[in-house]
Amino acid sequence: MKIGVVTFPGTLDDRDAARAATHAGTTAISLWHNEADLKGVDAVILPGGFSYGDYLRCGAISRFAPVMEKIIDAANGGMPLLGICNGFQVLCEAHLLPGALTRNHELHFLCRDQKLEITNNKTAWTTSYSVGQEIVIPLKNGEGSFQCDDATLAALEGEGRIIARYVGENPNGSRNKIAGITNERGNVVGLMPHPEHAIDALTGPTADGLGFFTSVLKALVK
Amino acid sequence: MAKIVVDVMLKPEILDPQGVAVSAALPRLGFTFAKSVRQGKRFEIEVDGEPTPAQLDEVAKAAEKLLANPVIETFTVRVEK
Repeated sequence: MKIGVVTFPGTLDDRDAARAATHAGTTAISLWHNEADLKGVDAVILPGGFSYGDYLRCGAISRFAPVMEKIIDAANGGMPLLGICNGFQVLCEAHLLPGALTRNHELHFLCRDQKLEITNNKTAWTTSYSVGQEIVIPLKNGEGSFQCDDATLAALEGEGRIIARYVGENPNGSRNKIAGITNERGNVVGLMPHPEHAIDALTGPTADGLGFFTSVLKALVK
Repeated sequence: MAKIVVDVMLKPEILDPQGVAVSAALPRLGFTFAKSVRQGKRFEIEVDGEPTPAQLDEVAKAAEKLLANPVIETFTVRVEK
């Protein structure tokens, strides 16, 4: 199974995302923002970073990169797609996920190990977890506050589309402590914290993040 | 040469932490006039000649698609002489 990892100008976490995908037993394929070619991959990860310097709004310019057209089409056709941090922002800007990510409510850039509760284990990226399971993975962003209107929030809650919430104090002012959400079909997931930085004890605080990558492998093999 | 100005503001219901920070800084400097502050973005777009209604429509489309995120922001388009 091949997982594509996109590199935009300013992407930071593409190597760790590729390493995590490899660690989970898939083959990681690099995808370049400027090439409208998915190279036959079965799933795609949009990694974290500061694509296009976060100019205009985070993810606003990357969303129109040539590779994104192909990714949006494939995701609408059911291909698993995970956006982490800046990747989550790109997914919202591309309207593959509802809402938007805005400046952390206390304005500080946060970088710390964050406890999350998994609240949906039915998506392509979360079946390796159990509902209610608590995991610790790094959180590092300046604009991670998930915002949407009341109707959207009610729909996300009602349809069980919130896949993870922050445990303890709300780090960034996200509505309902949302750390990650999914689309109606469950193939597209956006997550603010970084599972790719927590796949083994050598390099991460835990290995709790690996489940996102083993989940998609299971989804693809099925 | 005319200038088309697009002002982008966060919707009133969206928290604006930058505006809040500015609003908290003002009284520390002795400026006590502000009840609240909201911070936005302004785009100045130069065009040749007088902007036509068609051009302004195009700018509005660009604002809707790129300059603003309608999920969290509103925008206005106007011509500045």
